[in-house]
Amino acid sequence: MILVWLIAILMAGGVLAWISGKVNRTLPRWVALGSVGAVFGLTLYLWLSNPQPMMGAAWLVHFDQPWIPQWGISFSLSLDGLSLLMLLLTFFLGFLAVLISWREIQNKVGFFHFNLLWVLAGITGVFLTMDLFLFYFFWEVMLIPMYFLIGIWGHENRRYAAYKFFIFTQASGLLMLLAILGLYFIHGNQTGIYTFSYFELLNTTLTPEAARLLMFGFLAAFLVKLPVVPFHSWLPDAHSEAPTAGSVILAGLLLKTGAYGLLRFVLPLFPTATVEFAPWAMLLGVVGIIYGAILAFSQTDLKRLVAYTSVSHMGFVILGVFAFNEWALQGVVMQMITHGLSTGALFIIAGFLYKRLHTRDIRQMGGFWSTAPKMGVIALIFVMASLGLPGLGNFIAEFLTLVGSWQANNWLTVFATIGLVMATIYSLRIMQKIFFEEYKLEQPLPDLNAREMLIAIPMVAMILWLGLYPQPVLDTARPSIQEQLQAYTEPPVKQEENPIKLKNMARAEKSKAEEITAKLEEAKPSSHLQIFKSSN
Amino acid sequence: MTLTDFQHLMPLLILTFAVLVAMLVIAVGRNHKIMYVITAVSFLAAFASLFELRDVGRYTIEPLLVVDGFGVFYIGMILLTALLISMLSYAYFEQREERKEEYYLLLLLATIGACVLVISTHFASLFLGLEILSVSLYALIAYLRTRERSDEAGIKYLILAAFSSAFLLFGMALVYASTGTMEFAGIAAAIANFTEQPLLLLTGFGMMFVGIGFKLSVVPFHMWAPDVYEGAPAPVTAFIATVSKGGVLGVLIRFFMEVDGFRYPTLVLIFTIVAIASMLAGNLLALLQRNVKRILAYSSIAHLGYLLVAFLAGNQMGVEAVTFYLVAYFITTVGAFGVVAMLSDKERDAEQLEDYRALLWRRPWTAAVFTAMLLSLAGIPLTAGFVGKFYILAAGVNTQMWLLVVMLALNSVIGLFYYIRIVAVMFQQPEAEVEADPRGKLRPSIYVASVGTLTVLALLLVYIGVYPSGLLQVIQGLIATAVP
Repeated sequence: MILVWLIAILMAGGVLAWISGKVNRTLPRWVALGSVGAVFGLTLYLWLSNPQPMMGAAWLVHFDQPWIPQWGISFSLSLDGLSLLMLLLTFFLGFLAVLISWREIQNKVGFFHFNLLWVLAGITGVFLTMDLFLFYFFWEVMLIPMYFLIGIWGHENRRYAAYKFFIFTQASGLLMLLAILGLYFIHGNQTGIYTFSYFELLNTTLTPEAARLLMFGFLAAFLVKLPVVPFHSWLPDAHSEAPTAGSVILAGLLLKTGAYGLLRFVLPLFPTATVEFAPWAMLLGVVGIIYGAILAFSQTDLKRLVAYTSVSHMGFVILGVFAFNEWALQGVVMQMITHGLSTGALFIIAGFLYKRLHTRDIRQMGGFWSTAPKMGVIALIFVMASLGLPGLGNFIAEFLTLVGSWQANNWLTVFATIGLVMATIYSLRIMQKIFFEEYKLEQPLPDLNAREMLIAIPMVAMILWLGLYPQPVLDTARPSIQEQLQAYTEPPVKQEENPIKLKNMARAEKSKAEEITAKLEEAKPSSHLQIFKSSN
Repeated sequence: MTLTDFQHLMPLLILTFAVLVAMLVIAVGRNHKIMYVITAVSFLAAFASLFELRDVGRYTIEPLLVVDGFGVFYIGMILLTALLISMLSYAYFEQREERKEEYYLLLLLATIGACVLVISTHFASLFLGLEILSVSLYALIAYLRTRERSDEAGIKYLILAAFSSAFLLFGMALVYASTGTMEFAGIAAAIANFTEQPLLLLTGFGMMFVGIGFKLSVVPFHMWAPDVYEGAPAPVTAFIATVSKGGVLGVLIRFFMEVDGFRYPTLVLIFTIVAIASMLAGNLLALLQRNVKRILAYSSIAHLGYLLVAFLAGNQMGVEAVTFYLVAYFITTVGAFGVVAMLSDKERDAEQLEDYRALLWRRPWTAAVFTAMLLSLAGIPLTAGFVGKFYILAAGVNTQMWLLVVMLALNSVIGLFYYIRIVAVMFQQPEAEVEADPRGKLRPSIYVASVGTLTVLALLLVYIGVYPSGLLQVIQGLIATAVP
């Protein structure tokens, strides 16, 4: 029930914020802050109370309520470590998004916060739901408010950007819907039970052909959202034209729904098809890393620059996801969180600068370190995080990803590592252009005020914590990552041999288990032969 | 005819009675409000009488009509839509100078025609229903005679509709010539005995489809739609887009189910081509329009294409999907044209995109309702349109019509483009600070009637979008009797 409350509070808060906007201008802000704070508190409580797993190793909380029984659709929400971490990130960034809009948004305040909270509600739903229909439902629900956020409160070219964002994500989403329906009917024809439940659909046996087609349907939605390079062109526009809060949510959360979808749905549902596709996916990831880095280097619009760094960083996510091992996936989860924080922070700094200068053009900036040292320090920390400096969260994420992907594909990992060098170049360019060089303005740039520091400090604390002591996050994510990887780590002979023993071994010592598997596999033909002989 | 026959035709009798009463009332004295009340009450009474027929099973009134769950549901849908349209019409016509009373008469008659269509099981009743509907529409379309475009629209519809009726009749004659019967069941039986399909029969079906296709305004018989939509008064446009098309689609489904037309690959191929062409042409041409009524006209062509996808599934699920989608489409279309009607002034309808600029800042609730309607047309979740589109996709995927399904998905994206454009125009920041529109133009009671209707529609839209179970249950319960 607590999971329903998370979504309900956000939605109700949104409506309340809209209505209270009629009364006065500050009330919606407090309503929004209150409701995001409440759900953040609830989730934090969930995490700290350390609930015991139920129904399988990974799942912590479960809620199920029939919704459209005729079609086998239920309002099914489940929480595991992965969802929990994503929710914490969502509400943390959501809280900050309300705070940074405090001065920036002066127009239609009520409606703005309605949209903000509904985006968050949609994202929460995406991270929680275990019913594929409901998943698509929430996937679409988060689009409309985001469209309005960009289209109404964005910068000059906002309508074009909002359009593009909407069309791209909607088109790819429809392909996913077709794939979901395909899966639904294949499963229904096999078992006679028509259901959209994720846990049921996991047991569908698919022909390789069908699996490939359905996987591409899902991939379409997730790769566009992530985004992976040929489908990325909506991202720079949407990110740079959105208001600061919109950019933070786009970069910090919406992209993560794509990564989450890959982890949660694509990997477990299509274990064979993904293995076939893996080299191509990793190649796309590496292309994204390098291409994003090069384009980031050549941008002059600060928000556009940061947007391209997102393309580059998301390359690591897809590289890690398709490495199919625990190292890489831990790295991916870390990357999702730390990228959300660091890129969110860079967008916030871009927002601070825009508020003071009314431009995002870095050619007009320079030398701000002397007049705005606090802003400089904060920016330095997140720029360093973005280039992967040890001690900050992103380093852990990228390191784990690369270690994992090295085991899967050596050469592509080498090229991905080159991307890190390029990250250093574009990151240092940000510092160089904005905070060093000569001072170009006529009057001094005001430094961060108390409210802005209040936003920046928690982010610094978080990124440092994730860099220095990531163990709690890794521990929380571990069981669900293992669950997603079940189809890959467990040897196919488990039905014939003692499954529990083998499973435990696979978890404890992978290499040893692989040896055993190999041996078993060697042994298998002979045993078959024996059966064959005896029956003869 | 026996007494039970009359009982089963009660909704139609009530409407016919209402027409007579209304005519007499006009003869005594003209009063807009009284006419409106008579119309609304008779729609309500007819709808209430349907509850008697809930568990009708299948009651045949030889040889013309059959009352079954399918028919009852469609009649109910038509009556409620007509009621909502008449509620919107009241405010719309109240601000206009012309004689308003006959409008309701024609509206009632057209509704009777549509109701006859969905329960007809014989060519004679089919044609009678269609003609009652069409002839009333000729007058309705050109009702506001002084308007510049209304004559053009009326004459265009008159000529083309008469022409298509001729095609339909000729087709019927050919089918009769080759099967020797005009009853749907008899035709089905006769066809079943043919070893190969005679050319005459297929030609007959083809010509009938020309007539039906015209009424549904599917490509290539769609040319009239934008002009007529633009020229007709907004409530009449809503009527053409919903009741008229719904009635014809109802009889098409009944005929095809009875005859099992899905056995013929030629017919299925023709329908497939028509469906794809309608989706593509409707959506692509809508992209070029700047006139909201024309955009909605092209969008309705595309929506008929979507409906044909589910229709082509040709099974129980397909019929359910068509019916569900029709409900969603009715609500949405009436709502959208309701907004157009509400924003219209004495001289002209609010049809230019310019009329909607910054509407959110002038009339937030109207803009919100219109946004909801457009998003439903685009098939975005939380609206009935989404569930409907999902149902159609499910029906298509279930019968593995991949080409149609992919075309539908592609077209939804194209469609999104122009729906979102209208939304974007409404949400544009006004350049200067605008005042909220003065609302005192009309008497408050009239204003409340339109706003109330729109609010009801919007709530219904969201309710079905969030909780479709209830409607599904009703549809599945009633439709099951119609599919053999």
